[in-house]
Amino acid sequence: MDAVYSIIPAGVFSQVFVGLSRTTILFIVASGLTLILGVLRIPNVAHGSLYMIGAFTAFSVTKLTGGGSEGFWLALVIAPLAVACISLIAERGMFQFLYEREHLMLLLLTFAISLIFGDLVKLVWGSEYKSVPVPHMFQGFVPLFGGLPFPLYNLFLLAAGPVVAILLWLLTNKTKMGKIARAAAVDREMVGAVGINVSRVFAIVFVIGCYLAGLGGVLVAPTVSVTLGMDHNLIMEAFLIVIMGGLGNIWGALLGALIFGLTQSLGILIWPKFGIIFPYLAVVAVLLFRPTGLLKSTW
Amino acid sequence: MLVVNGIDTYYGLSHILFGVSITVNRGEVVGLLGRNGAGKSTTMRSIMGLTPPKEGSISFNNEDITGRKPYQLFRKGIAYVPDDRRVFADLSVDDNLEIVFRGGPGWDKERVYGLFPALGDIKTRRAGNLSGGEQQMLTIARGLMGGPKLLLLDEPTEGLAPLIVRELEGQILKLRDAGISILLSEQNVRSALKMISRAYVIDNGRIRFEGTVEELEADVEVKKKYLMV
Repeated sequence: MDAVYSIIPAGVFSQVFVGLSRTTILFIVASGLTLILGVLRIPNVAHGSLYMIGAFTAFSVTKLTGGGSEGFWLALVIAPLAVACISLIAERGMFQFLYEREHLMLLLLTFAISLIFGDLVKLVWGSEYKSVPVPHMFQGFVPLFGGLPFPLYNLFLLAAGPVVAILLWLLTNKTKMGKIARAAAVDREMVGAVGINVSRVFAIVFVIGCYLAGLGGVLVAPTVSVTLGMDHNLIMEAFLIVIMGGLGNIWGALLGALIFGLTQSLGILIWPKFGIIFPYLAVVAVLLFRPTGLLKSTW
Repeated sequence: MLVVNGIDTYYGLSHILFGVSITVNRGEVVGLLGRNGAGKSTTMRSIMGLTPPKEGSISFNNEDITGRKPYQLFRKGIAYVPDDRRVFADLSVDDNLEIVFRGGPGWDKERVYGLFPALGDIKTRRAGNLSGGEQQMLTIARGLMGGPKLLLLDEPTEGLAPLIVRELEGQILKLRDAGISILLSEQNVRSALKMISRAYVIDNGRIRFEGTVEELEADVEVKKKYLMV
């Protein structure tokens, strides 16, 4: 390996891994967003808020259980489910009446909801920074790449990404529900005309998509300060990823998240001060050459 | 079995159907004939609840079904085969059949593939890659999976090669023999006359003729004016 490092510095490998763990979070959140966008055609701006609620709920659950690492695992189960419950109420209470409306209406509605959720989070949790402890078994660092320390928790994230991707693949390709959702993404009227209650299918897909937002929120919580405003940053990135990958395409979301995560982490090496612009340059480049996204859109 | 009673249907503000009334009895194949744009497809869509009528009523097996949702009508035994086919292109042939709501015993994949052996040979193929004839068979097969009592067939032979049309005619007659009532819309009058026992002729959203095939054959004026034969 030392020979390799003499050509490519070990730090590059380390940054690739940092980028890949960021990719995991981005993919999990963006896949939920693209699922909802593809099947229900809702551009859900409130998706970021659900991610934030997932992170704050994780904070509360770990705090209530004494701040230990068991708390994190409990939060990993509870917080996404809590987010799913909130989304179910929103879907049955509001969205289900609006599917036939134009996209602008839905966009405005979800934007309003995101503002309301933002204020509710402020009311419930206040505006101070919160932190969620890294679970015990993933605390510390491992020496990787010429001895550079790499956070163990990030390795856990690296493993979580493919697991979610495989589960999503099984869900959309191997279950009847997933096949119905794929058909409804393209022709919801005809799915209704073969006896399927499309409204119920939509509710299920919406809840699964929002569950992913909550899951992303819990997973990111130990690596960042949990704070108001984390929803805005993420929803921008998630939308760009979804657009870059092709609307409604889960694999597009994966590809987009990879591009975004890697350009972000490697950009910092190239130009430390302005590393943050590289993902956006990548988006511009992709959209210039493939305006409809890298993979096939369901729209 | 199916009684459509004076329905008026609109697309947005444009008035398409004017007081259309149609009756289909059990075990009958009834033709809905007319030129392109006469209102055949709109009639079909109105019955299926896809474009619900603003006026009039529809009943099925003596039950008022006006304003019911398409999925409820399918579960009651009405299957709709649209003229533009609309297979679920991303799914395989087999999955197109699998996701249909199953109404109960009667039709399953085995029986459907028995009726359309050509489909059985391409089960795993992506539906979007099938030929026009294969897609037409698949949309009919998909409708059958729900165990329908009434089949709404919207121009099934449109755009198909003569050989395939002949094959399809045979299959439609088999469905009739299996006890399924059929409302068949067609521009292709010669093909339709081989299958139907009664006919309605529609033009500009109004029913202009109703009667048996013999009566239609004898009515030179109707044939000339509305069907161009």
